[in-house]
Amino acid sequence: MQWQFWIIQTLNSVAFGGLLFLLSSGFSLIFGLMRIPNLAHGAFFMLGAYFGFTLLQLKLHFWLAALIGGLGVGLLGIVMERFVLRRLAGNEQGQVLVTLGVSFIIADICLLVWTGDPMPLPAPSTLRPPLRFAGFAFPTYRLVVLAIALVAALALYLLMERTRLGAMIRAGVDDMEMARGVGIPVSRLFTTVFLLGATLAGVGGVLGGPILNAYPGLDTDMLPLALIVVILGGAGSLLGAFVGSFIVGFIYNFGIALVPDLAYFVLFLPMVLVLVFLPQGLFGRVQI
Amino acid sequence: MTRILALVLCALALLAVPWIIGNEFYVNMASQVLIYALFALSINMMLGYGGMVSLGHAGYLGIAGYACILATIAGYDQLTAAIFAIALSTAAAAFFGLLSLRAPGLGFIMITLALGQIVWGIAYRANDLTGGDNGIRHPARPMPFGFDIRDAPSFYYFTLVVFVIALFFIWRFSRSPFGASLTGARDQPRRMRMLGHNVWLIRWITFVMAGFWASVAGVLYVYYNLFLSPHAISLQQSAEILLMAILGGASTLTGPIVGAAIITLVKNVVSTYVERWNTLLGIIFVVVIMFMPYGLVPGCTQAWRRWQNHRKRRKATPASEPAQ
Repeated sequence: MQWQFWIIQTLNSVAFGGLLFLLSSGFSLIFGLMRIPNLAHGAFFMLGAYFGFTLLQLKLHFWLAALIGGLGVGLLGIVMERFVLRRLAGNEQGQVLVTLGVSFIIADICLLVWTGDPMPLPAPSTLRPPLRFAGFAFPTYRLVVLAIALVAALALYLLMERTRLGAMIRAGVDDMEMARGVGIPVSRLFTTVFLLGATLAGVGGVLGGPILNAYPGLDTDMLPLALIVVILGGAGSLLGAFVGSFIVGFIYNFGIALVPDLAYFVLFLPMVLVLVFLPQGLFGRVQI
Repeated sequence: MTRILALVLCALALLAVPWIIGNEFYVNMASQVLIYALFALSINMMLGYGGMVSLGHAGYLGIAGYACILATIAGYDQLTAAIFAIALSTAAAAFFGLLSLRAPGLGFIMITLALGQIVWGIAYRANDLTGGDNGIRHPARPMPFGFDIRDAPSFYYFTLVVFVIALFFIWRFSRSPFGASLTGARDQPRRMRMLGHNVWLIRWITFVMAGFWASVAGVLYVYYNLFLSPHAISLQQSAEILLMAILGGASTLTGPIVGAAIITLVKNVVSTYVERWNTLLGIIFVVVIMFMPYGLVPGCTQAWRRWQNHRKRRKATPASEPAQ
């Protein structure tokens, strides 16, 4: 019994960490490249979950729903980048506040469309029965979410380190002026990164739906976690987002399981430690 | 001279508010405006003069408010409870300042937001202490110096007294050498460092002072509503307070007050007709930042000056024509 509890909680933590990675890797990339914390990222995640809910009601296949829901959120991200953030180029403080305004609008429209009740997303039927191994039962769906997050992490790593696009993004993160100077189309890069980040958040939302449900307030629950991941791991670093996600996933999940009253307070501690001793975060490339 | 006249007129108008409106509902709304104006003024100390955008300001409302309620319930008298609440919340501000100021610029926004949400999360989750989502009631309004402030007009005057004291201090603050060094630290931190100023310390002291006045406003908020729940300290509340300062015009003294009045009135009026306050809040946010980045008060002042110059020139033109 005791063992079962620890194993299940550990598994829940890594699955939640995987979701957090999908959310915060995009956040971190956008922050690293454009120097703005996209405060609408939590709303993107929530919107993904709601899109997933509606697409699943239309009897769409789960993975297809995840893909379409993610791309839908990604398109919204492009619209926001092109038509709102672009007009405030150079005014980073204004850009941040605008993303916050957009997140309020998205959250309120979600409330209007999908009402205030939590909407459960069914996991794909083949993944519902638990996986039995060595006398323990593992929730299959969470294992699959973890696997997807790991694949996404690997794909993002390859994208960043092995492709031309990744090289351009890295150049932009390290020195925007020089990147412009050597002829990298920074403007198009911004849009691409925004599409990528918003899509990841949207896919994360759909995949997180069966675990977390889609409910109003999901956005403000997830956004601080993404912020803490980036503060811990360091902005603009994929490795930082990866390590940070799993740290926060563990702390948050075990916090809720063991000291539910103080789950948020427990999150506070690692953040304090990192800020005091390593203001750039564990693997930060950019000063936050 | 005109300045003093305007000030006297403003003071008389503020004093006469309960007589002019009469209706209890609107007098209460006036008290609300004053409380939010104090919040907006306190956040503006950081935002306007220091260039620090905080998204965790409602956290002080939470810490001061819950501390005040819990201390009163625990049996302390109202004055002790209020002092304890403000002291605790200011101490929290001192600590939050240590953390947030580790990262200048945009990291500051992220850290204050995360801290504010952590305060919210604790209030939301710690059921035994805060009543969780259901909130917690404050037993009764205090009796400062034996005055009864239970009805709307007398509470309005109580709030007004606190507000005027705060306004005086914040005005002195903005005009003081310290205020000037803060503005310097905002615009030219590197040069200020060269001149021997401790930029970090200047920002930190401002952060703590802003936290102090926000705590005072938080205690007033609890006295006004006699109730506190996590909804009152959500990210949305922090954003509203920030928007008040930006809408009215950060880095002016009157801007946050105007902004607080507008937002509070719009919110009250809109909430009675439609449920979509959050959408409207978001739209105001986007529109103000995209089209009115300096806020209403500086914008209007500029327009007024331009109009006056224009009029002067028009007066001057006919006179100069015969000379040609």
